[in-house]
Amino acid sequence: MKSAIKLKVNGDDHELLVSPNNTLLEVLREKLGLTGTKQGCDLGACGACTVLVDGESRLSCIMLAVDAVGKEIITIEGIEENGHLDPLQAAFVEKGGLQCGFCTPGMILTARSILNEEARPTEETIKRKMAGNLCRCTGYKKIVEAVMTANEQTGEGA
Amino acid sequence: METKFNVVGRRLPMHDAAAKVKGSAQFTADLTLPGMLHGKILRSNIPHGKILHIDTSRAEKLPGVKGVATGKEIPDRLYGIVPKARDEYALAKEKVRYIGDDVAAVCAVDPEIAEEAVQLIKVDYEELPAVFDPLEAMKEGAPLIHEGVLNNTSFSIRKEFGNAEKGFAESDFVFEDSFFSQAVNHAPLEPHAALAQYDSLRGEVTIWSSTQIPFFLRRNLSSTLQIPESKVRVIKPKVGGGFGQKIDMFAKDFCACWFAIKLGKPVKFVYEREEVFISTRQRHPMYITVKTGVKKDGTILAQQFKAHADGGAYNSTAPTMIALSCFFLMIPYHVPNLVYEGHHVYTNKPVGGAMRGHGIPQARFAVERQLDMIAERIGVDPAEIRMKNSIHAGEPHPAKFIINSCGFFDSVKKAADAIGWKEKRGKLPFGRGVGLAGASFPSGVSNMSHISSGAVVQLGQDGAVNVLSGAADIGQGAETVISQIVAEELGVLMEDVRITAADTGVTPLDPGTFGSGVTVRAGNAARLAALEAKNKLFEFVARKLEANPEDLVAANRKIFVKGSPETGMTFKDAIKGYQYADLPMPIVGRASWFPPATEPTTLFKEDGNFAPSYSFMTQSAEVEVDLDTGRVKLLKMATAHDCGRAINPMLVEGQLEGSVVGGMGQALYEDVIVEKGQVMNPSFLDYGFPTFLEMPEIETLEVETDDPIGPFGAKEAGEGTQLSPAPAIVNAIYDAIGIDFKELPVTPEKILRELEKKRG
Repeated sequence: MKSAIKLKVNGDDHELLVSPNNTLLEVLREKLGLTGTKQGCDLGACGACTVLVDGESRLSCIMLAVDAVGKEIITIEGIEENGHLDPLQAAFVEKGGLQCGFCTPGMILTARSILNEEARPTEETIKRKMAGNLCRCTGYKKIVEAVMTANEQTGEGA
Repeated sequence: METKFNVVGRRLPMHDAAAKVKGSAQFTADLTLPGMLHGKILRSNIPHGKILHIDTSRAEKLPGVKGVATGKEIPDRLYGIVPKARDEYALAKEKVRYIGDDVAAVCAVDPEIAEEAVQLIKVDYEELPAVFDPLEAMKEGAPLIHEGVLNNTSFSIRKEFGNAEKGFAESDFVFEDSFFSQAVNHAPLEPHAALAQYDSLRGEVTIWSSTQIPFFLRRNLSSTLQIPESKVRVIKPKVGGGFGQKIDMFAKDFCACWFAIKLGKPVKFVYEREEVFISTRQRHPMYITVKTGVKKDGTILAQQFKAHADGGAYNSTAPTMIALSCFFLMIPYHVPNLVYEGHHVYTNKPVGGAMRGHGIPQARFAVERQLDMIAERIGVDPAEIRMKNSIHAGEPHPAKFIINSCGFFDSVKKAADAIGWKEKRGKLPFGRGVGLAGASFPSGVSNMSHISSGAVVQLGQDGAVNVLSGAADIGQGAETVISQIVAEELGVLMEDVRITAADTGVTPLDPGTFGSGVTVRAGNAARLAALEAKNKLFEFVARKLEANPEDLVAANRKIFVKGSPETGMTFKDAIKGYQYADLPMPIVGRASWFPPATEPTTLFKEDGNFAPSYSFMTQSAEVEVDLDTGRVKLLKMATAHDCGRAINPMLVEGQLEGSVVGGMGQALYEDVIVEKGQVMNPSFLDYGFPTFLEMPEIETLEVETDDPIGPFGAKEAGEGTQLSPAPAIVNAIYDAIGIDFKELPVTPEKILRELEKKRG
C-alpha cells in the first residue's frame, strides 16, 4: 500500500505517494528527478548515494523514504547558493578532485557534512570520515587536496 | 620542461567538471524517456549445462510485463569484440557456460515487476561437468565448454625472436620461476546500463549506453540484431569509469534494442552491482613461468615466457589479451633472444576481458618479480639491473619495434631517488622495505583495421570553435585533452572550444577508449582538422596583411606575423573579414588519422612495429609489514612516467594516482573468489578495493620526452602505470621480510604463514 508523505528536499516541500519499501534514493531519482544522487551498489557500501539529512551525511540507498519525513534533505543539486558553487564544488573542479564524476556528488556531500561538523579537520580526519565513499578513478589524492583546499577557504571566510 | 605553448601543458579543469560537481552530468541510468519500460536479465545458476526447456508462461502473465525473450527467439548471430573470436550470444542458446550467463530477459512497466517476472521463469537444465582451472581444462578428457575448441584452448600464440636456446647456452646463470596473478574486477562506480528507443518509420534504433566503444558497439548491435549499421545510432552519455570493462557489447545493450524494436517503446536496463562483478568482465587470472638467462653482471641474454590465461566462459578480447601479454616482454628491456608462448583457456567461470594494462600486468608481475629475484641471487642491485638492460630510443630492436622516444632509463633513476633507494634498499629495519618495477605500454596500435580516428572542426562567426570527435571520454578527460589540442593549434582559448563526442549518428568514426590510443589517435585527428581550418583562415589573413601564410602564427585569439605580434588581427576579426570577403562559410576542417606504418604489424606471425609510440614507467614503493598481523601498509608510492609531453599535467597526475591505487589493490587486497563457479564476494564490502584509509603518499614524477608522432609530442598516460605497482610493492615486501611472494594478492594470511615457516 502506497501512502502520501511530505518530504522537504533542497528547501522545497514535495507531496509524494510512496511505497513503504521505497528508499530515499529511489524517491529522489525516480519521483523527483534528482539524478545527481547516484546508485553505485544499493547496499550502503560505496557512498555514491550520499545526501545530507539535517546536515549530516546519510546513505540514501539504505534509508527508507518514509524515515526522511520531517527532515531537511539536501542533495548535490541543493548546495549551490545563489548560483555560486559551494566552496567544495569549486575546489573539486580546480584541484581535479574528480574524473568520471560518478562518485563526486557523494564525495562532496560527505565532505560538506564533515566541514559542517568540525572547523578545520585534519587530513587524517577527512580520510577517516570519507572512507565509506569509494572512488575507482582518482586514487583519492586529489579529492583530499580538494577538501583540504575548501577547508582552508572556509576557515578564512569564517 | 619549458613550454612554448599556451593551452597545451596547462593544468586546466575538465571541461565538464562543473556539470560533474553539480550533479547535472547525465549517465545512462539518469536518462528517462516517455513511456519507458524497464528490463532485467535472468542468469544461469549453474556453471555448465544444456538448456532443455524454458517456461516463460508465468512471467508473461504477470501484470505489467510487456515482453520476455530467450535465446530461442534472437537471431543466430555470435558476437565478440574481436571478430575472429566471436563465441557469445546475447542470450544463451542451447548451453550455459558459467554462473551468471545470460539466459532470458524480461521487460516491464517498472523494475520491480521485471525483477519479479524474472523469478517466474523456469529453466530446465541438463547439468554438465564443469571445470574451473585452466590447467585442468586443457587436459585430455576435461569437459568441453565450446564445441570444437580442442582442450578448451581458444587461442594460442608462440613466437621466437633471435635464438633463445643459444642465448641460454651463453648465459652465466639461468633461472626459472613460476607466478600466478588473480582475477581482479574493474569495479567502475557506475554499473553498466543501456537505454534504447526505436523509430519504426525509419527503422532506426538509438541506444544510450555506458560504453567505451560506441562504434564497435554499433557494429556488434548491427550484426546481432541484423539491421544495417546506419540504422543503429549509439550515443555515449557520461560514463562512470570503465578501465576496460565496458569494451564489449553486453546482454543489456542487445536486449534494450531488441525490446525497443519489438515493442516500439523505450527500454532501459541497469545492472546491479552483483551483476557487474559476476556477468561482465574481469582481469584474467594467469599462470606464468619465466626462464631468464643472464650474464654475471645482470645483462639479459635470453628469456622464455609461458602463460596460461583463465579466460572464463567466453573469449571477449582473448587473442589480443594474450598477444599483448607476450609482445610487451620485448620492452622496456633489451631481450636479444626471446621465445614466448601464451594460451587462452576456457573455464566455467566469469569472463576475462580487457582491464587496464590488458594482459600485461600479469606478465609484468612475473618478469619484474623474477628480475628482483635474479638480482638478489647474483648480487646485483635491482635498480642497476633495470638500468643496465633498459632499451633506448633509436636503437635497433630485436622485434623491429620503432622506439622514437624512451624515458625508461630516467624513469628508473627518478623513481629510485624518490623512494630513497640508495639509503633504504636492504638497509631498513626488519619489516620495512623498498622495491621498484618497470614497464612500457603502447599508445594505441599501428596498422590495424578500424583503428582510425576522425575529427571535424568548425569555426563559428564569433570566433568560437565546434569540434566533433568520436573519442569516448569515460572519465579520463579525453574531451578536455582534445579540446586543449584544438585550442592550441588554432591559437584560441580553452573556453572558446566546445566538443561534441561519441554519437555514432553525428561524430566521425573512432575506435573508442582502449589500448591507450585516444590522445595520440583522436588527438592527432583533431589537431589536423584544426590545422585545415586554420590554413583556410591563414590564406585570407595573409592576403590582408600582405604576408606569407607560412609566416603567420595564431595564439591567444590573435593571428599575426611571426616575430611581430603588432602586425595582425584578432581571430574574430579574421573570421569576420573572411565572411565579408565573400569566402564560403563556415570554415570547416576535417581530418582522419591512422598511425603511420610501413610494414605488417599484426605481429602474430611476422615481426614489425606494434604502436605509433610507447610510454615508459617505473614505480617504486615503500612498505611496512606488521609482523603480528601480516598487514602491509603501503607508505609511499613514487611513479615516474614518460608520457611524452603532458597535454594536461593535472589530468596526467590523476591518471597516474588512480592507476597506482588500482595496482595497490591488485597487489594486496583484490581477488574475485570463485568456488565451484560461484563468485563468493560480488559486492564492494566483500571484494574490498582500496579506500581513503589505505591510500599511500603518492609522488608523481615527470619524465618528459618529445615524441615525434603524438600531438604536441604526447603519448599514453592512463594505462601503463597500472602495470607495475604490484611487482614494485611485492618487491618491497621482499626487502622488508625476505620472503619472495609469487602469487597475488599478498594477503595478511599468506604473510603470516610464510613468516611462521621462516621462524621454523
